[in-house]
Amino acid sequence: MRSPRKHSTVVEFLQNFVRKRDFYAGGLIIFFGLVMALKGPTYNLGTLMHMAPGFLPTALGVILIGLGIAIAGTAIGVPEGEDEDIMPAHPEWWGWACILAGPLSFILFGSYFGFIPGTFACVFVSALGDRTATLKSSALLATFVTIFGVGLFSYLLQIPMPLLTWRGL
Amino acid sequence: MIETALTDLWYGFGVALQPHNIMWCFIGVLVGNMVGVLPGMGPLATISILLPLTFGIKPVGAILMLAGVMYGAQYGGAICSILLNLPCHPPHAVTCLDGFPMTKQGRGGVALGLTVMASFVGASWGITEMIFLSPILVRVALQFGPAEICSLMLLGLLAGSTLARGSPLKGVAMTVLGLMLGIVGTDLETGAERFTFGMTHLDDGIELVALALGLFGIAEFMNSINQVVSINAKYTNVRLRDMRPSKSDVKQAIAPMFRGTLVGSLCALIPGTGPTIASFVAYATEKKISKHPEKFGTGLIEGVISPEASTHSSVQGDFIPTMSLGIPGDAVMALLLGALMIQGIVPGPQLIKEHPDIFWGLVASFWIGNILLVLLNVPLIGIWVKLLTIPYKYLYPSALFFVCIGVYAANNDMFQVGEVIVIGILGYVLLRLGFHPAPILLGFVLGPRFEENFRRAMLISRGDILVFVERPISAVFVGLCVLLIGLQIYVRIRGAKAPVEIPTALEGAE
Repeated sequence: MRSPRKHSTVVEFLQNFVRKRDFYAGGLIIFFGLVMALKGPTYNLGTLMHMAPGFLPTALGVILIGLGIAIAGTAIGVPEGEDEDIMPAHPEWWGWACILAGPLSFILFGSYFGFIPGTFACVFVSALGDRTATLKSSALLATFVTIFGVGLFSYLLQIPMPLLTWRGL
Repeated sequence: MIETALTDLWYGFGVALQPHNIMWCFIGVLVGNMVGVLPGMGPLATISILLPLTFGIKPVGAILMLAGVMYGAQYGGAICSILLNLPCHPPHAVTCLDGFPMTKQGRGGVALGLTVMASFVGASWGITEMIFLSPILVRVALQFGPAEICSLMLLGLLAGSTLARGSPLKGVAMTVLGLMLGIVGTDLETGAERFTFGMTHLDDGIELVALALGLFGIAEFMNSINQVVSINAKYTNVRLRDMRPSKSDVKQAIAPMFRGTLVGSLCALIPGTGPTIASFVAYATEKKISKHPEKFGTGLIEGVISPEASTHSSVQGDFIPTMSLGIPGDAVMALLLGALMIQGIVPGPQLIKEHPDIFWGLVASFWIGNILLVLLNVPLIGIWVKLLTIPYKYLYPSALFFVCIGVYAANNDMFQVGEVIVIGILGYVLLRLGFHPAPILLGFVLGPRFEENFRRAMLISRGDILVFVERPISAVFVGLCVLLIGLQIYVRIRGAKAPVEIPTALEGAE
């Protein structure tokens, strides 16, 4: 009679636990710790007196695993009903994508076509991330920043990056 | 002792007053003041962007400028808090509580004027403290062997991660993560490559600039995109003559100014308690000793002056352990230390002796910079206020470009721009999971030196780990570490209330 109920509370407990933010936080830290603790010994541990390159990473990895477990453990203590969502209330997928695409286009356009296209693309793409931005406003901002950037970085600070180039595709 | 300090200071002024050094200092405080005002840009991101641009100039000029950004931003942050009720920068969050009500009563200008005054007093005290305390600390620290340095670093790392905001456990985890990121690359002693995963670009380790800009630039932009509310510019019409406080205002402000300064300088002496904690403690103190605590939050001048004075005196005081021991108290200090290391200067107690121009030049430039800031803030208040109205949608794309070019310029390497993207994603995930990424930088900067000294200590002691508690000075540091951890556990078990009530609305503002 009692065992099914007990079972369900355990399941409920686990479900609640998994919904907590600290559960994921601890999980991430444990993951980092595992990477270090498993990879560390391959660099040779050495002895305490003559430490080899693998010693500290392994030790830190073990510490990190312990911390991760402790952080996940604190998730139990957090009362229900608190803001435990790991996603923000309004996910900004478009905005995030634009922010990440900005530097990415700087790398692509910058290395293939030079400083001017790289800068323009970076500002233009990332500006589109704002909800009120239009193609025109983004292009305007990008033009403005590009002119300013060329003046400051190319002429004043002389950063060694060609303004315009063609590396082919 | 006072005599030598004054001679050294005199020499420092000689360095700081060289025309190009004044220029760097001026650029630094100007940029700092600007980003301090701009909502959504912090001193951390700005210093990291400017960092690669300083590689071309001499170390003295570089450090004067970067430090100028740091304390210049403190002046600007107050404007943002008082006029807009926006806690753009954590140390100024409490200033909102009484600063904004004052603005609503039409006394925002007076609040700003008195804040500039209090800031100057606070900063001056912090600098004086630095002049006299640093040489004493150095004299002690020069006796340190690897074991002492190691345990001192451990204390610094623990304090920096547990006393900062958020859960102490998570703070320590972030520090260890920072140590781990610091390990990436070629091992200094054996030449072994660690955690490079076959990428030759990572042989020199993760670039400090890329790490800082990923964590405090890209991650921060991802956090605040489409979240920054349009600014209520209703009260931002402040003119110069509004700033002049009346005699009774000044009289009322003097005592809290000195109390705040005192609180700030005490907080600066405890590693890990930066300006943010100092400002909260100062506010709480004012409230406690006030005859009418219920009036706080309705626009009391004490509630503005005391936290601001404490912030400034603590910011200047934070330079003491950073410059004299080479142990940074928070992420900004870690970044400044990183800047020195990139310039080829080894931080630590020998710094003052080996590079007196840097240390004393910096101290002298603090005075110059603070005077410049007072001059900048009083007549130019109108321009700063205008800056407040720049919308975020123009700000972050431009800042992203600065991030890209800054990282690229550090080594002329596009791979590192890619590094920034990856670190930015990681930083945002960490933010969402309730971590504060600042201690990562602390661990990252101290990591390599920690490992080096740990190895050396172990070699000298023939692998006896007990050396850390057998040597008296080291034992004291280890004892403090244990005390710190014990205290955290005690507070947690007792479930004690936070020592300062922090309004929830103000939390999470980076």
